[in-house]
Amino acid sequence: MALKGRDLLSLREMSQEDMEAVLSTARSLKEILSRPIKKVPTLRGKVVCTLFYEASTRTRTSFELAAKYMSADTVSISPSGSSVQKGETLSDTARNLEAMGTDVVIMRHPVSGSCHFLAKVLDVPVINAGDGMHEHPTQGLLDIFTILEYKSKIRGLKVAILGDVFHSRVARSNIWGLTKMGADVAVAGPPTLIPPLVERLGVKVYNRVEDAIDGADVVYSLRLQLERQSKSLFPSKREYHDVFGLTRERLALAKDDALIMHPGPMNRGVEISTDVADSPRSVILDQVTGGVAVRMAILYLILGGRE
Amino acid sequence: MAVNLLIKGGRVVDPSSQRDELADLLIVDGKISKVGQDLQAEGVEVLDAAGKIVMPGLIDPHVHLRDPGLEEKEDIESGTAAAAIGGFTAVACMPNTDPVTDNDAVVTSILRKAKQVGRVRVYPIGAVTKERAGKELAEMGEMKAAGAVAFSDDGSPVATAEVLRCALEYLKSFGNALIDHPEDKTLSEGGQINRGLTSTIAGFRGIPAEAEEIAVSRDIMMARLTGGRLHLTHISTKGSADLVRQAKAGGLKITCDVTPHHLTMTEEAVLETGYDTDTKVNPPLRSKEDVEAMRKALADGTIDAVGTDHAPHHFDDKWVEYDYAENGISGLETSASLVIDKLVRPGIISWLRMAEVMSLNPARILGVEGGTLREGAVADVTVIDPDYEYSVNPRQFLSKGRNTPFAGWRLTGVPCATIVGGRIVMKDRSLS
Repeated sequence: MALKGRDLLSLREMSQEDMEAVLSTARSLKEILSRPIKKVPTLRGKVVCTLFYEASTRTRTSFELAAKYMSADTVSISPSGSSVQKGETLSDTARNLEAMGTDVVIMRHPVSGSCHFLAKVLDVPVINAGDGMHEHPTQGLLDIFTILEYKSKIRGLKVAILGDVFHSRVARSNIWGLTKMGADVAVAGPPTLIPPLVERLGVKVYNRVEDAIDGADVVYSLRLQLERQSKSLFPSKREYHDVFGLTRERLALAKDDALIMHPGPMNRGVEISTDVADSPRSVILDQVTGGVAVRMAILYLILGGRE
Repeated sequence: MAVNLLIKGGRVVDPSSQRDELADLLIVDGKISKVGQDLQAEGVEVLDAAGKIVMPGLIDPHVHLRDPGLEEKEDIESGTAAAAIGGFTAVACMPNTDPVTDNDAVVTSILRKAKQVGRVRVYPIGAVTKERAGKELAEMGEMKAAGAVAFSDDGSPVATAEVLRCALEYLKSFGNALIDHPEDKTLSEGGQINRGLTSTIAGFRGIPAEAEEIAVSRDIMMARLTGGRLHLTHISTKGSADLVRQAKAGGLKITCDVTPHHLTMTEEAVLETGYDTDTKVNPPLRSKEDVEAMRKALADGTIDAVGTDHAPHHFDDKWVEYDYAENGISGLETSASLVIDKLVRPGIISWLRMAEVMSLNPARILGVEGGTLREGAVADVTVIDPDYEYSVNPRQFLSKGRNTPFAGWRLTGVPCATIVGGRIVMKDRSLS
């Protein structure tokens, strides 16, 4: 397989062919999740390590379950309760994990580019589970997977990505992934939260969210990353919701069968209102389910397991 | 000790006399004795310079020798060894040492150590303010008396317009240049690389060109207000070059320098190298348009000098995540080759202009000897092999800092002899 033994660092650097290999493998592996006994021996004897320097519920659990459903052994390292607290460098921590026989390291880190750095440090493959404001490639793949479950193809779909694009690694991975597969992507949010020259990535940029939502097939609400807001980028959560939030009124501008997506965790009443998040058109929990299948596919393809 | 040397058959390039011709150069007792055709002398060492360029010794107006206090990164011995390899006969070292070079005792100790272990001349630059804290003026008069040649809070800008005004006025008693690092920290704070498409793709908060240009504007205004002697170091944007060009056209006597990396490398290197932290530097690597503007400004006289901002770091300071890595490039051993390969050989600047921006003008800005091959001048000479082709290999650096984004670059043209006061300190890329 083309992905065997390789790192997965970004969708910018991933070919469309490799993306499609992941998606089609995920489609066939997803069935395992609905079995009464959710276990196949595919990755028996493999060790999957998650190394998370930032808090995470979904991504870490999703990777660990994906590994366990395929019989891999998993270990998880966090800064608290590890030698990271004693000042150990990333390079040293990771090389120790490698020395103990781990077959793949899945890392989340607050600094952009850290997975690229880790890939230089380690011989074993590295999977990016979100690095700073750079990318979150497995999220991008699971989002495309989810869209494909409802829409037959990506090409020609109008996708609106709304909110805090500046701080969002999810937005960057989706922009690369969706545009490679032919979607028509628009981004909108407060101009202070739109990164400079983002239009050169092949997306339309709007200052008013209504203009991006108009006629959209998919409306993707981004989490407002309150923990990264160090400057006066917007005045208050209340005003953010009033002007830029995904509300029922604004959603009415999208196509009738538009999908509503969000990477989680949601700030209800800020970037998305509760009635929209919980509406029948919301596929937010489908994203989570699809995420396990996509991560099973990625581990399978990278570790080269056999069915 | 009498030091006599005859450099034969080279192309002598001396901007102070606008000389560019094949000639011999005779050094007697550490001074340039004669430049002319077919010179003969008894009992002198002869250096064959056929096919080589002979120019006044290169002077770097901006290096960090890290000594005292940060000797794990560099010290005066290793830094001046790197300088000699790089063709430099003199370097001016910045005061962000530990303790800060903000008093005459530190200046004296640097000069004493340089005399003991230095391979080339070392000119200390003193801090403008105590502890480089931007509040109270440091004892610049005392430091000048001890041997400081200029003053700077480099690493940081002089913190406020008012302190800068006072420093520029006060320095008029001494005549030394104030070297400012132009940066508006309120705009650059938290930024890792240049603001633009690359920062958007890489996922970094960007440092806009305006963070530099606001400071350049401020500095120009303070120079105009005070009539003080301002030198702007490491300008890196088209806008900065335009501001300096405009100020000079208005008759203002200011000077500025640019680094070799801002003349040769763009922000795109950050992604091309997979976030190699050796691309992390302040000011950041800029856009293609900026690099083009820097080259043009160096050629047209807007930019007066090339300064490496040689910023050696320990391996551990760079082998970390991008945000946590130190800023800086170890530049002394690649500076001349980059200028030759990327500017002289393509015809953007002449050999004369190279000697001007890397020797004559730095000497004038710092007010130090050298920079000329006139008879009677100190015999600081750099000989360049314009055809030598090699790959940059940081493992061969004599600097302790191997932090360079130029590793693996194939370059043509390199200094092949460095002569300080008539003594050959480097020959054929080895110390002597």
